[in-house]
Formats: sequence, structure tokens, C-alpha cells
Amino acid sequence: MLKLTGRIIKAGQAEGKALVSPAPISFLGGVDGQTGIVTERGHPLEGKCVAHRVLVFPTGKGSTVGSYVLYQLAANGLAPAAILNAESEPIVAVGAIIAEIPMVDQLPFNAIHTGDRIRVNGATVQVWPSK
Amino acid sequence: MHLTEQETAWLAGDAGPAIRRAMEIVVALGKIYGAERLIPVASVQISGVSYRNIGASGLDFLRRWAEEDARVRIPTTLNPTAMDMAAWRAQGFDPAFAAKQQEVVEVFARMGVGGGRPIPTCTPYLIGNVPAPGEHIAWAESSAVSYANSVLGARTNREGGPGAIAAALTGRTGAYGLHLDAARRATLRVEVTAPLHSIPDFSALGAIVGRAASKRVPYFEGLPLARGDDLWQEKLKALGAAMAATGAVALYHVAGVTPEAATPAILAPEHETCVVDDLTPGYALLNDATASVDLVWIGCPHASPAEIALAAEAVRGHRLRAPLWITCARPIKDAAAAQGLAAEIEAAGGRIIADACMAIAPVKDLGFQCVATPSAKGAFYLRNLAGVAAHFGTLEQCIAAALTGEW
Repeated sequence: MLKLTGRIIKAGQAEGKALVSPAPISFLGGVDGQTGIVTERGHPLEGKCVAHRVLVFPTGKGSTVGSYVLYQLAANGLAPAAILNAESEPIVAVGAIIAEIPMVDQLPFNAIHTGDRIRVNGATVQVWPSK
Repeated sequence: MHLTEQETAWLAGDAGPAIRRAMEIVVALGKIYGAERLIPVASVQISGVSYRNIGASGLDFLRRWAEEDARVRIPTTLNPTAMDMAAWRAQGFDPAFAAKQQEVVEVFARMGVGGGRPIPTCTPYLIGNVPAPGEHIAWAESSAVSYANSVLGARTNREGGPGAIAAALTGRTGAYGLHLDAARRATLRVEVTAPLHSIPDFSALGAIVGRAASKRVPYFEGLPLARGDDLWQEKLKALGAAMAATGAVALYHVAGVTPEAATPAILAPEHETCVVDDLTPGYALLNDATASVDLVWIGCPHASPAEIALAAEAVRGHRLRAPLWITCARPIKDAAAAQGLAAEIEAAGGRIIADACMAIAPVKDLGFQCVATPSAKGAFYLRNLAGVAAHFGTLEQCIAAALTGEW
């Protein structure tokens, strides 16, 4: 088990399997709020579903309306369990807060791989590697 | 980050979920931008009002926040909607869309925005929300941010929609960016040798400089403009709006004109210089190939009384082929009607539209494929947000397009 400490953007506890994107994510136009599936053409996570996963990516991008897509995912029961960023920016940070998704940033996210089991508790992130 | 006792209690939820959520947003944004503390703000301008932009999920969220008893704590004004809140039928809006747009405004009214009777506009400074020099405010709407910082000398960052609401509910924002002296120094010196005459000329200059500046603070020298000149505020409004559209400029200084231009060392020693000797590239930047023009739009940012008078003069005695829509704040529309200007514009086939902005309207659904405007910002967002073809030109070119239906 690997224990990381980051900075709290939205305080909370969560558990889930990691879904890691090496590329930034735009929620508006990049993720379908009705299905949770990443729709951005050519994105490393294209076709993957973010629901109930601990979503790990470097930072957000795109339109500020993306905050509301995170809210929509939560309203549809399809929100990520938690969001981990290398460096957070306002769109995803505001989205995580209004959607009540625990969020931590300033993490060395290359230490986490898709499929790892993750537990988030405040600023502490525990990682159980899948292999 | 240092928080006061009250701020800590609000963050813990002592004042209810609406304030807790607002504090979480204010604190998270402060952290992201490196604020060491929060500061009180005197007023807020909220963006994210068009139902076309925020959609069902945005409305759901706003509704829930209002139901949690979210109430603004300081004077707060509201950005434009997609439609004239009274005359949307005549504009051709779908009643189902109109009902949703009305609900968005009602939710903001319930939160106490505009004292419970919000007047949607991107120029709150033309209808009484005029910050004092040096005053800290938290405004969204990039053109209003630019005007408040640059022309009025107030201090605000470019807030986003929910961030601005959070500032209105808490009366606070993080002490970072343009609230601090360091970020207000110019790092791009702009020497203007091109002749500038009209408001659209300043818009074209803004389109050029916004691209060159990106996020930097420009310092203009040689601008043929003095404080108190005819239309000086309209020209600066157009300049700032364009720079905030083609770039991310939130503050600029104009030697001899804007309040902070005379501050010692306002131009950082490590600045770069750019020279603008020709406005042609600014006009050329925002023109599509489409020849036929379906709509001419004046009022980006929202028109002032003087701009409405200019438009009325330009169409007097003419019969327009393409519709001309002039967007402005409702009190300014009412004043134009009282002066007889609205009747003159209507006689030519034009219309004054209150509350609305075409860039955030469902322009294609209204049946328009190509829109001409004397605003670089307007053309930029018509293409990038509304998704239609656009032409940016002088007022004369735009009126000619309205007369012929051709560019």
C-alpha cells in the first residue's frame, strides 16, 4: 500500500478503482452527463465510463460550464467516487464542490495506475496497486 | 490560508449548507490561486445566465442552491439572458426555451440578485453598479471586468459563474491576482500609430492587442483619446471587450486616460513593446466568407444611450432589408423609447432588445446563419459560441449590410 498526501479541494471520504488519464479532461463536450462516458474524440479515456471510479488526471480544461456537467453526473448517480489531480483548476474544482465529489490535488499522480484500489480520506490518498 | 473565526464557522456549515458550499468554492479558488487570506468585496456581477449555456443541469443546481436559502449579502447584478424577457415572442423564441430562461432569472431573483428584481446586462456600470476606484469587487463577465479594472480603477479577477455567486453569498473573495498591486503592472507596452476614429476602430485595435497580449496587462501609448472626449467611455468599453475576447486581458492602462496609468512604475521595467500601425488585420480577423447577412447586431457589450443614438441616426429614413437588433439594458431601452429613438429605429425595420445577448442566444434556432456586427467581441463569440458565420466591420458597413442583406 502506498500512502500519498495532497491538498484538499473538496473534503470527503471515498473508495473506488482508479481510472487514470494522462491527458487533461474537459467535462463540457468531453464527458456525457447522461451516461458518464468520455466522448472526446481521441482522448485516452474515450469510451470509458467515469461513474464510481476514482478519476485521476493532471488538470481540467475547456469551458467553465463543465462544472455543471459534474453536477449533472452526480444528479444522475454517475459521478466519479473521487477526483485526484496533479494541479487543480477552477472548472473541475467548482464542479467537485457543487457535486459533492471528494477532490484532492498536488499529488504525484504517476504513482497511480488504472485498476488500483484507492481510498481517499481528507488529504490522504491510499493506493493498493492492482499488480 | 488564514481564515477568520466567522469564515471558519461558515466553512464548517454553521450558517447552513448554502453558505458552506459558497465558502468551499471561495476557499478552493483562493487555494488554487495562492491567496493567503480572503477579502471583503463591495459588489458582484454574475455570469452564466443564458439557459442555452448552463442547460438543465445548471438550472437544477441554481434551483437547489436557492432552495437551501442562498441569499446574496452584497449588491449583485446579473449578466444578460438569451432573450428579451418581455418581448421574446416577437424575437421568435420557442415558449419551452423561454420558460426555462425565465426560471433561471427567477431563481437569481429569489437569491436577492438585483434586490430581487434583476436587470440582466453585461454593462452594470451603465445602470448604477459603479465601483469606486480601489474598491475590491468580484465580477464575472470579461468585458465588465475589464471596464471595472481599467476605466473605473476597481479591483477584480475574472470570476466564473458559480465563483461569482459564491462571492455574493459570502461577501468575500481570495486575495490574489488583480486584487494585489503586483499583478496590476503592465508588461506589454502598446504603441498605437494607426489612426482611430470610431468605436469599432477601438474594437479592431482590441482584437489585435488581445491576441498579442494573451493574459498580460497592456499599457497604451499614443491612443488618440482623452478623458471626457465624445464617446470616450464607449471607445474604452469596446477596446476592453475585444481584448477580453481574443485574449484574456482583464486590465489595461491608457496613458493620460485611465486612473492607474499615472501610478509610479505601473509599466514594469521588463515589458515588451508592440506597435499597432494598421487596424486592417483586426477587422480581417473576424470575418467569414458567407456573403448574405441575415441579422445585424449592435450592442456587444450592451449599447449605451449614445450608441443607440448613433444607430438611430445611421438608419434614419432608410428601410432595412435584414433585421437590425440593438441589445442593451432595459432602463436604457426605456430611455431610448422615451426619447423617440426606438420609434426611429423601428420605422427603419430595426428593434431594440432589452436583457439579451446574441452571442449566448440560440441564434441558429432563430433562423439566422450569418450575423454582422460592429463589435469584435460580438463576432468572436457568434462564431465560437453561437456557432454561426459572422462579419465584423464599421457601423457604416453593418448598416449597409442591413440595407442590402449582403456583406
